[in-house]
Amino acid sequence: MTDFIGLTGITRRFTSIPPLSERVAKRLTGSRASATVVHAVEDVTLGIATGETLGLVGESGCGKSTLGRVAAGILPATLGEANIAGKPVMTRGRKNTTRIQMVFQDPFASLNPRMRVGEIIEEGPLVHRLITKAEARSDVARWLAAVGLDAAAAERFPHQFSGGQRQRIALARALAMRPDALICDEPVASLDVSIQAQIINLFLKLRRELNLTMLFISHDLSVVRHVSDRVAIMYLGRIVEIGPTEEIFLGPKHPYTRALLDSAPRLAADGAPVQDIRPISGELPSPLNPPPGCAFHQRCAFAQDRCRTELPILFPTGAVRQAACHFPLENP
Amino acid sequence: MLLQVRDLATHFATRAGTARAVDGVSFDVHAGEIVGLVGESGSGKSVTGYSILGLIDPPGRIAGGSVRLDGQELIGMPHERLRALRGRRIAMVFQDPMSTLNAVLRVSDQMRLAMLAHGKPTAAQMRQRSIDALAKVGIPDPERRLDAWPHELSGGMRQRVAIAIAFLNRPGLVICDEPTTALDVSIQAQILIEMRTLVREEGVSLIWISHDLATVSVLASRLLVMYAGRLIEEGPTDEVLRRPRHPYTQGLIDSLPSRAPPGRDLVQIPGATPALTALPSGCAFRTRCTHATGACAVPPAQTVVGPRTWRCHHPLHMNTAAGISA
Repeated sequence: MTDFIGLTGITRRFTSIPPLSERVAKRLTGSRASATVVHAVEDVTLGIATGETLGLVGESGCGKSTLGRVAAGILPATLGEANIAGKPVMTRGRKNTTRIQMVFQDPFASLNPRMRVGEIIEEGPLVHRLITKAEARSDVARWLAAVGLDAAAAERFPHQFSGGQRQRIALARALAMRPDALICDEPVASLDVSIQAQIINLFLKLRRELNLTMLFISHDLSVVRHVSDRVAIMYLGRIVEIGPTEEIFLGPKHPYTRALLDSAPRLAADGAPVQDIRPISGELPSPLNPPPGCAFHQRCAFAQDRCRTELPILFPTGAVRQAACHFPLENP
Repeated sequence: MLLQVRDLATHFATRAGTARAVDGVSFDVHAGEIVGLVGESGSGKSVTGYSILGLIDPPGRIAGGSVRLDGQELIGMPHERLRALRGRRIAMVFQDPMSTLNAVLRVSDQMRLAMLAHGKPTAAQMRQRSIDALAKVGIPDPERRLDAWPHELSGGMRQRVAIAIAFLNRPGLVICDEPTTALDVSIQAQILIEMRTLVREEGVSLIWISHDLATVSVLASRLLVMYAGRLIEEGPTDEVLRRPRHPYTQGLIDSLPSRAPPGRDLVQIPGATPALTALPSGCAFRTRCTHATGACAVPPAQTVVGPRTWRCHHPLHMNTAAGISA
């Protein structure tokens, strides 16, 4: 099986050059102002097969959104290559495909408040000549129906809709481009529980009907577990564990995965509250200055000397699983 | 009884009419107890918290009811007396610590102001109390953090500072409005555990407002569930989650992704929360409820059985032996 979305050695750094005043001041005193570099994503290689959904999990600042944007072709990688169906998603710094689209977290920020819903949905397909002006009206109605909205919604403005309805509109806009793949960046994080369930069901239905390949980014473990075939856990710019969803949730190999699962509030199967959550000690280290060795070693209960100096690389821990840890957990 | 809320009603005048954001809510909070107040956006859970503290500004107003703290009526209390009470006997922690902390004051100054508002401690006393308070909420190296500006702290540390300030004057009741919603899972877990210890050591009571059933149930021994401004169900956390009486509570639980096998459709509550100015007559949930009958056009009265209450004509899980409350 070939990968539909292929990321090879993706590294993305953000460099901020100090302001002119600081550079001049430093020059005058004989030293040089150095640029600060954020290591957002470091050497990530992964593939997503046609029709597969990969869940990408991690805490704020781990680089999951940056990786999603690189995969979607809206942010160039510093190093490495992002492909879709074997071809690069970007050429000379520009996205060159409509086959991959993105759905963002905040439907209040991602929809232009001055455009009518119909205009929002038809703009992309018209620009890319996927439809003609004459077809636009029925095309908009088709995608609105696909996301469970009435055709009359086309005449209204985004502010006239609730958060859940806006996320439906954002999804219709992405689907109108006839994509084969969707990058979803926390698409249900800002929604109420009952609305979240409706939108998750909508994603599941559309994925089935349109055979979409998806990268589903979320910090919510229960949401990711529900929608993903495979899951990748990110920590400080790197993938620390990847494999089939249920295998990872039932038997994590990386101590960070284990700790993340233990710290999440959850309900037991019979609805009883689980009160013995176990927090991870300490905070996420700064991506400005990542620690040497394994980035998790300062917070890891199992860290040894080797973890403080030697960077663990992803290696197979099962037929279809990988983890980046010198001392992977023994699980049944 | 530490706090007694009776028939609390908070209304907002809007162009579309009067929005009954809180519509006849009654509940008690006992000393040393953590109560979870759960609901979705617009259910009135935050407004209930603000109303207890008297933080309702026009176009909102407290239209009726009673809030008694240690027997003392807070509704209608003169502004100055309420001010003296706030921060000393009741404190509040909000969702976003960046907007609650003053960005141009060092941590030590914000803490000092909170203490000077309710007494005349000496500089040395204030410094010691601040250090103790920061240490209690798990801030490493508290002496050094006293000099920090809010922007120098991470989100989790900022929220800890806000919590430390709320606990500074040893209030009897702290109202927490989604204090961990903006934080990462691992930091949230740290704060939840610290809160549990803090409550045990200080003997304070908490009202923990949240939309997240799983998070609130880590702490709360009792749950209050709100829908469209009304309290629709109340009871011990374990019982409410395992055998909810109200179909809305059941719907909330069933719609959690962990309740369905992976990849299968989640059980969803049909429709959306109606606008507060256009609620259906009778039970506000009846237009979304799969159990609704003609009887639901009449407002359901509150049923009280042991520690549990509900407002529903067709309560669930009533005929299982285990469903009968002790």
